[in-house]
Amino acid sequence: MKKLLLVLGVCGFIYACGSNSSTENKSSDAAENKTPAATENPSNDPNRGIGKFTKVDVGATLDATMAEAGNKVYDVKCASCHKLSEEKLVGPGWKDVTKRRTAEWIMNFATNTDEMLSKDPEAMAQLEICLVRMPNQGLTDDDARHIYEFMRKNDGVK
Amino acid sequence: MKRFKTLLLLAIPVLALYTTGCKPKGASGAAATGNAAKAYVAPGKYDEFYNFVSGGFSGQMSVYGLPSGRLFRVIPVFSVDPEKGWGYSEETKPMLMTSNGFVPWDDLHHISFSQTNGEIDGRWSFGNANNTPRVARIDNKTFRTAEILELPNSAGNHSSPFITENSEYLVAGTRFSVPVGDNQDVPIASYKQNFKGTISFVSIGKEGDLDIAFQLLLPGVNFDLSRAGKGPSHGWFFFSCYNSEQANTLLEVNASQRDKDFILAVNWKKAEEYLKAGKGVKQQVRYAHNKWDEKTHTAKHEIRTEVTVLDPAILKDICYFIPCPKSPHGCDTDPTGEYIVGSGKLAAVIPVFSFTKIQKAIADKKYDGDFGGIPVINYEAALHGEVQKPGLGPLHTEFDANGNAYTSFFVSSEIVKWNVKELKVLDRVPTYYSIGHLSVPGGDTRKPFGKYVVAYNKITKDRYLPTGPELTQSAQIYDISGDKMELILDFPTIGEPHYAGSMPASLIKDKSQKIYKIDENNHPYVAKGEKEAKVVREGNKVHVYMTSIRSHFAPDNIEGVKVGDEVYFHVTNLEQDWDVPHGFAVKGALNAELLIMPGETSTLKWVPEKVGVYPIYCTDFCSALHQEMQGYVRVSPAGSNVPLTFSLGKQGAPEAEAAKK
Repeated sequence: MKKLLLVLGVCGFIYACGSNSSTENKSSDAAENKTPAATENPSNDPNRGIGKFTKVDVGATLDATMAEAGNKVYDVKCASCHKLSEEKLVGPGWKDVTKRRTAEWIMNFATNTDEMLSKDPEAMAQLEICLVRMPNQGLTDDDARHIYEFMRKNDGVK
Repeated sequence: MKRFKTLLLLAIPVLALYTTGCKPKGASGAAATGNAAKAYVAPGKYDEFYNFVSGGFSGQMSVYGLPSGRLFRVIPVFSVDPEKGWGYSEETKPMLMTSNGFVPWDDLHHISFSQTNGEIDGRWSFGNANNTPRVARIDNKTFRTAEILELPNSAGNHSSPFITENSEYLVAGTRFSVPVGDNQDVPIASYKQNFKGTISFVSIGKEGDLDIAFQLLLPGVNFDLSRAGKGPSHGWFFFSCYNSEQANTLLEVNASQRDKDFILAVNWKKAEEYLKAGKGVKQQVRYAHNKWDEKTHTAKHEIRTEVTVLDPAILKDICYFIPCPKSPHGCDTDPTGEYIVGSGKLAAVIPVFSFTKIQKAIADKKYDGDFGGIPVINYEAALHGEVQKPGLGPLHTEFDANGNAYTSFFVSSEIVKWNVKELKVLDRVPTYYSIGHLSVPGGDTRKPFGKYVVAYNKITKDRYLPTGPELTQSAQIYDISGDKMELILDFPTIGEPHYAGSMPASLIKDKSQKIYKIDENNHPYVAKGEKEAKVVREGNKVHVYMTSIRSHFAPDNIEGVKVGDEVYFHVTNLEQDWDVPHGFAVKGALNAELLIMPGETSTLKWVPEKVGVYPIYCTDFCSALHQEMQGYVRVSPAGSNVPLTFSLGKQGAPEAEAAKK
């Protein structure tokens, strides 16, 4: 219960910040980010994170082609910071990440990194542990989906 | 500047004669207040215009915002720039190669922008190198120099890089005439017989490829400034020139003898016809062409060996001289294309020529003899009229969209606004001090945006806190939206700005490149991911395929490098996010550092001369653990048996990695 209150409190705080910054956005043509804070969206699901992915279709078995494509993206854009084991490098190791997070949360975080790091309580909590902001690596939607499939493969999905 | 100082001396008696024509200038106290609110751009807000300013003797181009005067970027062009690795990284060194070899420092004078239908289209900016004659193209997406072309048969590229209204050509007229051709070992005193002035017409391809289409071989004079015709006068180009006395010594006296020098009118469409008809003469020369490849992040330097020359003394109807009073400098065409404004540095009038009248004078052959075989049109026959008593020492003219001209006056230190058609002075404001060039956004095109005129002054004196003998340069912004010009801001600039241009931010800001896509990186030594990070020895060359990401290098421990090796650090920045460059430095490198944009690969060459362990580190703050972004390279004596190994994250045992290989 205490934890829930804390989360609500954090949400309230974020909501306030979100409103402030969106007011400021209106008066500034310099501001880029005009997406309303996700917490303003009543249908928001904290497990899903903040971003365009609201429902990802995940098969019962592995899509090996997608996983292979994901592996290639991983080598170039992710491997510098994420190991496939449980070991934390710059960011957390990927072992069992698909059991800890939803597909939507992972894909939103990978593609909408900055907003998630500023507004999503789970991503913010992770940042407090790692203290290096995850870079936005310019993943396409497909890249993100392929990465997720590769993570599933890493977690033993056949 | 030195030239102008002596001019000033010469002009003192003239000044005495014309005190009624200009306002006396007091010390800085007088009229020095500015309406700063009009120049205020609130924190986080954008400026309305990009202002591209020549860096003068710095050889670079700088970019400011208008009306705030805030400096955004110095684009390295003709000089090395350690801050950006320009001329230091292996990839950028070829950009500064010339037929004379590597030239690390030049002098950039003028700016032009690519145009479509006489309007700024935002694709490219251009600059000229005055000393070792070259032109450069800057890509407005990356704010980087993309191409540099050297100009043979030229000796000081001043009359450049002015451009035609559909970017067909930019021009390059030589400031110094010199002997051209096979025999160049001639007495200096034989100027009149042996010295020639050339003007190059450089074609611009769809992707920007610069190429010398043809050169015009002209009598020995000093070509100074130029402008293309517009609208009805499209197809013509106008060049001011001085030293029609053809003096080869003490020019400040000997080249100011004649009452009038010339504006040269060039019918370049006619020149194209002659070129097509095979009337050009091919000449063997040597000049550099350097181009940046966005895919390999590498410049390529080549030497070209041929140029086609047209001789207007033989090919009669390409060129015409028009007399212009008192050592002409500026030569500016108005937005309608009908009027050509000449500005004599020692003159006390502004002559305005009419394109229609020039055409009629040519048709009626109203000539006063010839100069070097080129007809001289009768002054009155070409003249629309003179602006009387505008000020002293007119230099340059820009225009607004309402038929008005703004002329800078060096000697009387002011900007004068006048009506082009009626030749009537409307307003004048002092500048602090001794203005050279001036610039109105779009003020040299068919569609001026008006709003501001920026003065680029030659003397700074007491405008800023003193910084020893050398002072910052003084630019000033005036609001010209009303009837009266109003000073709103002083802002300091780098180098000595000559010309500048401004364009609405909307033309380029949304096209600005944010990153280089790592998938499209075709650098021969790229490492796409840490998996590809490695160290390879080829004889005494050691190639380090290194990656960087917040916040570590891979590999970051390297052993087996020996004294005498040439080590190449090819650093690929794996980041794919805007504004996250990484730096790279190695202790004792005689060759600066690297600054690598996201997705880019850059190479630093290092030749270690002493045994030891050398730290490497990231020089551009990248994350909370930026200070941890470091590594070591062990250098052993020549002939040592230490094996070549490399690793990341292996505490204590790099040999293990070596065993794996």
